[in-house]
Parts: sequence; C-alpha cells; structure tokens
Amino acid sequence: MTKVLRLDGVSRRFGDRQVLDEVSFDVAEGRMTGFVGANGAGKTTSMRIIMGVLAPDGGEVTWQGARLTRADRRRIGYMPEERGLYPKMSLRDQLDYLGRLHGLGRDAVRRNAEHLIEWLGLGERAGDPVENLSLGNQQRAQIAAALIHDPDILVLDEPFSGLDPIAVDTVVDVLRDRTRRGVPVLFSSHQLDVVERLCDDLVIIAGGRIRAAGSRASLRADHTLPRYALTVDGDAGWLRDEPGVRLIDLDGAHAVFDLAPDADDQRVLAAALARGPVRAFGPVTPSLAEIFREVAQ
Amino acid sequence: MNTYEAVRIVAAREIRVKLRDKAFLFGTLFFLLFAVAGTALPPLLAGGPSSVAVVGQAPAALTAAGLDVRPVADEAAARAQVRAGDVDAALLTDGTLVAMTDAPGDVENALSTRPTVELLDPSALDPVLSFLVPLFFAVVFFFTSLTFGLQIAQSVTEEKQTRVVEILVASVPVRVLLTGKVLAGAVLAMGQIALIAIVALAGMRIAGTGSELVSALTPAIGWFLPFFVVGFVMLAALWAAVGALVNRQEDINAASMPVQLAVMLPFFAVMMLGDNPTAMKVLSYVPFSSPSAMPVRLFHGDAAAWEPFAALGVLVVGAVVTLAVGARIYEGSLLRTNGRTSMAAAWRDREARRLAELDAQQV
Repeated sequence: MTKVLRLDGVSRRFGDRQVLDEVSFDVAEGRMTGFVGANGAGKTTSMRIIMGVLAPDGGEVTWQGARLTRADRRRIGYMPEERGLYPKMSLRDQLDYLGRLHGLGRDAVRRNAEHLIEWLGLGERAGDPVENLSLGNQQRAQIAAALIHDPDILVLDEPFSGLDPIAVDTVVDVLRDRTRRGVPVLFSSHQLDVVERLCDDLVIIAGGRIRAAGSRASLRADHTLPRYALTVDGDAGWLRDEPGVRLIDLDGAHAVFDLAPDADDQRVLAAALARGPVRAFGPVTPSLAEIFREVAQ
Repeated sequence: MNTYEAVRIVAAREIRVKLRDKAFLFGTLFFLLFAVAGTALPPLLAGGPSSVAVVGQAPAALTAAGLDVRPVADEAAARAQVRAGDVDAALLTDGTLVAMTDAPGDVENALSTRPTVELLDPSALDPVLSFLVPLFFAVVFFFTSLTFGLQIAQSVTEEKQTRVVEILVASVPVRVLLTGKVLAGAVLAMGQIALIAIVALAGMRIAGTGSELVSALTPAIGWFLPFFVVGFVMLAALWAAVGALVNRQEDINAASMPVQLAVMLPFFAVMMLGDNPTAMKVLSYVPFSSPSAMPVRLFHGDAAAWEPFAALGVLVVGAVVTLAVGARIYEGSLLRTNGRTSMAAAWRDREARRLAELDAQQV
C-alpha cells in the first residue's frame, strides 16, 4: 500500500453552518500538498479532523488504506494554527516533553532535538524560555516541535505565515528533506506565491467544498485558456480584425488575446511576422492566484 | 506508550515546571519560615530563667526552680540592682518581691504554694489550642486547595491559549492530560504540606513542646491526610474544568468564581462555627468542608470511632461525582477555541465522546 493520507467524503457542521461538505483529497507519499482557501473555507477544520481534535459528521480519514487510528496520529507531525509553545519552557525541554508524549525514548528524543536545533540554527537559544525568542525563532521552534518524533506524515497549518524570506527557505529545506524520505506533507497557506513555488500537489477549498485538486502541472494545464501574448515592433492593433482572435488587452506594441477553438496560433504568428519583427509570442500560463480566483468563485 | 506512562510524563512536566517557578519556591520557603517561627522561636525568645537578688538566706525553692539567684547585702542594694536592670526582681527579708513593672512569672511561681490539681476530664484542652488547631487544619486545606487549584487552572488555560493542547490531544487522550495535571497538583501539595509538617514537628522538638500536645494531634493529623488528598483531588478536577472554559489567563478569575466559593464558604463556616457541635457535625460530613471539619472534631474527641470512616466515604463519593462532572466539562471545553465557553455548553458538548467512539470502533 502506498503511503497516502486520504480524506474520503468528510463532512462537518457547526450548529447550522456546514463547514465541510463531502471533502475528499489525497496527500501522497513524498509530495508537498498545498492546501489553499480563503479564511473560513474549511482548511483548519479539515486539519483538525485529520488530527482527531474534531470528529467528522460523516466520511473518514485513512492512512495506507485503513482508517487513521490514534497510534497513527501519534506518528503525525502537527503544527496548529495561531500556534505557540509553552512560553516559559525552554525549547529543549518542550522538545523533550513532546517527543516523549509521542512515544519516543529519552535518548532518541535527545538525539532528534540536538539535530533539529542545529539544523534550524537555534543552538544558542535552545535553553532560553521560548517567550524570549524572536518571532522568527519561535516559528522555527514550532517546526522543531512538529518534527521532534520523526513523523511519518506532516500536517502544518499556515507554517509560513509571519516568516521572513530566509526563514521560509530554512523551513522549505527541512520539509523537502522529509518529502525526499517519502513523508507526505500537507500544508495550508494563503500566501499563493509561496504555495506556487513549493507544492507538488494542490488542493483548493472554498465554502467547505473541494473546488480543485491534483498536481500543480495538471491543474495549470486544466485551467490554461487558449490565451496568447504578442509583442511586436509596431502597433498590434491589426489583431482586432484577425479572424478567431478576441483581444483582451492592447497596449501599443503589446497585446494579449484569446483564440477561438478552431483558430491556429501559428497562423496568427505568421500574420504578425508578415507585418514586421516579432519580439515575443507565446501562450499565457495562469498564475496560481488566477486559477484560485477562477475556481474559488 | 500506555496510559500510565503518558500520565506520568504529563505529571512530571507539571512538577518540573513548578519546581523551577520562583513564586512557588518562595511561597514554600515562606511557609517553612513561618512553621519554624511558629514552633521553635517563642520559647527561645522568652529568654533564660529570671535573675533575682536575695537579701539574706535564699529559699531553696528559688534555686530548685533553676533561677539565677544573687545574694545582696541589704534591701537598698537589692532595690538599686532592680532599678538598674541588673536583676529582674529582688526578694526582701520580709518576703516582699520587688520588681520594676511586673513580677517575673517564674519567680512568682517558685515562691507560691500551689494546690494539687485533679482533673476530672483530662482530655479538656488548653483554650488557646482549641482555637489554634481548627485554624491550622482549615487554613492548610484552604490555602493549598486555592493556590494549587488556581495553578492547575492556569496551566490548563496556558495550554489552551497557546494551542499546545491541540498537539497534545493528537497524541494522548484528553483524560490523560487531566489526570496528569490533577496528580501533579496533589503530589506537589502533599509534598509541601509534608515538608511543613516535618519542619513544624522538628521545631516543636527543638523548643521542647510537651509530648501531650503532639500525641493529641497525631490522630487528627493522621485522619487529615486522607481527607486532604481526596478533598484536594475533588477540587482539582473542578479547577481544571474552569481552566478549560476560558481562553485567556485574565478570564480565569471570573470563570472560577463557583470553585472559589466552594473553597471559601466551607473555610469560613469551619472557622466561625467551630464551637457549635451540631454545625460542626454537619460540616464534618459535607464533602467540601469535611477535610477541615472532621479532623477538628477528632482532635476535640467529639467524633465516634466510626464517624471519620463514614465521612471519608461520603467524601470519596463526592469526589467521584465531582471528578466525573469536572472531566466532562474539561473535555467539553478544552478544544473550543472561540471565546469563553459556558458551563452548560461544555456539559452538552459531544465532541470528546464522538472522538472516543471513533477510536473505539477501530479496535
């Protein structure tokens, strides 16, 4: 059985508000899966159901084909939303505590802790109370807390929020190291540029329903319009009269246009070349933000 | 990892954090100094035997009482020494005892003939002790259940406020957390009390306090311990529950008002109704007041031999019920993160039970 964490038709309501409606998606072995949605879309509720902090009204969460048990959950590294650790405890003590609660022996905890502390560059501060660390270092400490028991799965709620770019890179390195070892990683974020850069797979949720899910490349292919951009030397206004072309944007020498299904992009290029030099021509791939805006409506 | 181990890990953290907490350490130190000061110091401060200047032959009674006897030539010299403060008193030839503001008690006692005393009810105790002993039991139970209880609530709220609790419940059941916290509080409270008791007893020994008092206190203290432990655990479960109701440390005070009353009202009742036998009898069976009221009745010899067993039984039943209620409120509110949870909402919350049912289905 491949190492897949799967949500299968998970529903949940709070009072008369349906927060999750038949939510299904996979987090596959060795893949970084970005979980994207507006505030209140259901990301945190989904993660809390995975972690056994909330119960689903219907559906189930499975791991390697069987329903996720408490023993499995102990093997998940979890970072809750709006996180924090014990403010007055040192990072080293917290890692020791959390590692032991996750079932690790004293020596294994110590080894993992020293490794993580060094990797995350927290060596000098590991004995200080966490509340005395800078915000960025507190975030790194939180990552260390999620990884202390060498988890088989990672579930991270907004792991990049509030991180400076250098800290983002550090965290990404740490997560990539885990995916290389086959760990499935699910992370939520509202920073679409970060998700775009990092994720292998993408899950888009809106209003408690999954709107799109799949690999980043396939999502992009699915949502790529027959849209092209052209830059010429003269004025590109002639495109207006070209058959099959619907002009989206025209700015002197630069134009963006959609092609009708039966139209041929090469014919348009040839027409442009016939009028003079062409500086740039190609399909326009949508950014994640654009895909998100389109599917989340 | 089994449940027992998980509870131990949780309790060990609570204890370790507390033992590093300066406020806790200073508080304990303060109590210890208080115990030393209360038992060992008064006899030491009272100073040695009085000195007395004697004109002529000193009566044998004075030397027999171990007083500092100083022979002087005449009455004038004796008066001069008293006035100068060289001696505490002077005994003249006519039997007059001269002193400055009042006569030293030990000299007076040595010189008076006292009647032979025969007590018909020898257990009747010193009125000062009759006041102090109930105070001791009530104060110890009151202060420890209040301070340690509040700390349990704060520790629960801290985990909720920082969301550490979500990481914790993902790996251990909610009841393990509750058990660990209550256990740690009980261990710390018992440890603190035992330390104070040892210091107080050592202080009494140093000061040479009569063994009659120590033996009169023994059964009361012996019974106080089980009553204290059960009573403490009962209240601790309630403190943990109110800690779970709120999201911020600032709100603990308001949310814990019912529990504070459950600690304070019995305290004042025992303090004020101490000499009303009927009231004390009732109080010694009511779970919240029995930990302080029953030892007092035992100390006074007012309770029949079977009564502490019955009262302890009532207390155990009360503790079991309270633990169940406290655990349900704790479970029902611990993971509700939007603002303060009302007791009723926590009571009705089904989340924990549904999660437990899901867990059970898998086995």
